[in-house]
Amino acid sequence: MKKQYLVITSGLFLVFLFVLGGYFYKTQQTKKLGFLAQKQTEIFVRKHSPTLGSDKAKVFLVEFMDPACETCSAFYPFVKKLMADHPGQIKLVLRYAPFHDGADYFVRILEAASKQGKYMETLEIMYQSQPYWASHHNPQPQLVWQFLPRVGLDLEKLKNDMNDPEIDKIIAQDLADAKTLNVMKTPGFFVNGKPLVTFGDRELQQLIESEIAEQYPR
Amino acid sequence: MTHSDNTSNAHWPILFVCWLVVTTSTLGSLFFSEIMQFAPCILCWYQRIFLFPLVFIFATGLFSCDRSVVRYAVPLAAAGWLVALYHNLLYSGIIPEKLQPCTKGVSCTEEYINLFGFFSIPMLSFLSFSAILALLFILNRRFSR
Repeated sequence: MKKQYLVITSGLFLVFLFVLGGYFYKTQQTKKLGFLAQKQTEIFVRKHSPTLGSDKAKVFLVEFMDPACETCSAFYPFVKKLMADHPGQIKLVLRYAPFHDGADYFVRILEAASKQGKYMETLEIMYQSQPYWASHHNPQPQLVWQFLPRVGLDLEKLKNDMNDPEIDKIIAQDLADAKTLNVMKTPGFFVNGKPLVTFGDRELQQLIESEIAEQYPR
Repeated sequence: MTHSDNTSNAHWPILFVCWLVVTTSTLGSLFFSEIMQFAPCILCWYQRIFLFPLVFIFATGLFSCDRSVVRYAVPLAAAGWLVALYHNLLYSGIIPEKLQPCTKGVSCTEEYINLFGFFSIPMLSFLSFSAILALLFILNRRFSR
């Protein structure tokens, strides 16, 4: 029976090593990203990045998002609520990580809409109508167009602006930064450079609230 | 078949090493995908399909001291070895890139890690499958004596 114990013990030991290794890796990643956040802030916030919230806010919530990602859409009301709960303290920075097939099409629409000053409105209507155009078995990007007039966009101008080569550069830059920051899934959140290590809404709320407590001492 | 005679006692350590190799490889591959968040490419998935069951097959063999475990493990190890061989040929550029089956998703030739210029992830997989096959070969020869 001794042999069987040897198998079980070594199995447990290997699993223990796995967990320990995972813990060390994550701690090290967090440290590395914290260092990047201090030394190279532009990796998190580029000049072209759309933002929401007060310019005086001390807590920067950077979100790598994809307009065609369901979880990003589901998180949006939650992020807005967090911002409303802490008025003036959070600034949302949106970065693109269009990992879904053809998702850069929607990034183009967003960037073109931003030239008409309707960025956030367009993003909201996109998220709301997402189930219609982004179903996994049958994605139909063109269906998004029937929702866009609700925002009051000039569609002709939008179609022209979508082809601006500047947008390609923005997407390429954001994807490069996502790679540097090891963002492989959307949404990828960073709060003042600290990554959301365990994904979840509670976890995001805790991370933001701890950062607010640090930046706005009572 | 589940008799634990004295002859199998001598072979038990070899079988145990087999199990250690596959378990370490399995956990290592899970570490790459789940902790380091490297997305596995399609060829990695095929190798995983042949690797993961070996953990349980060897464990069962170890618990019941059943020598026929070799017969059940060889086909999986051989199939995994072949995929690993193909993956390495693709990775090192011996087979041209355009023939590769994975056009969508993660590229099979994307370099994630490279230790000492030799230990890439496909190479690690190839080494474990080779080690398992070699150990199984030794076991098989001892049993047939």
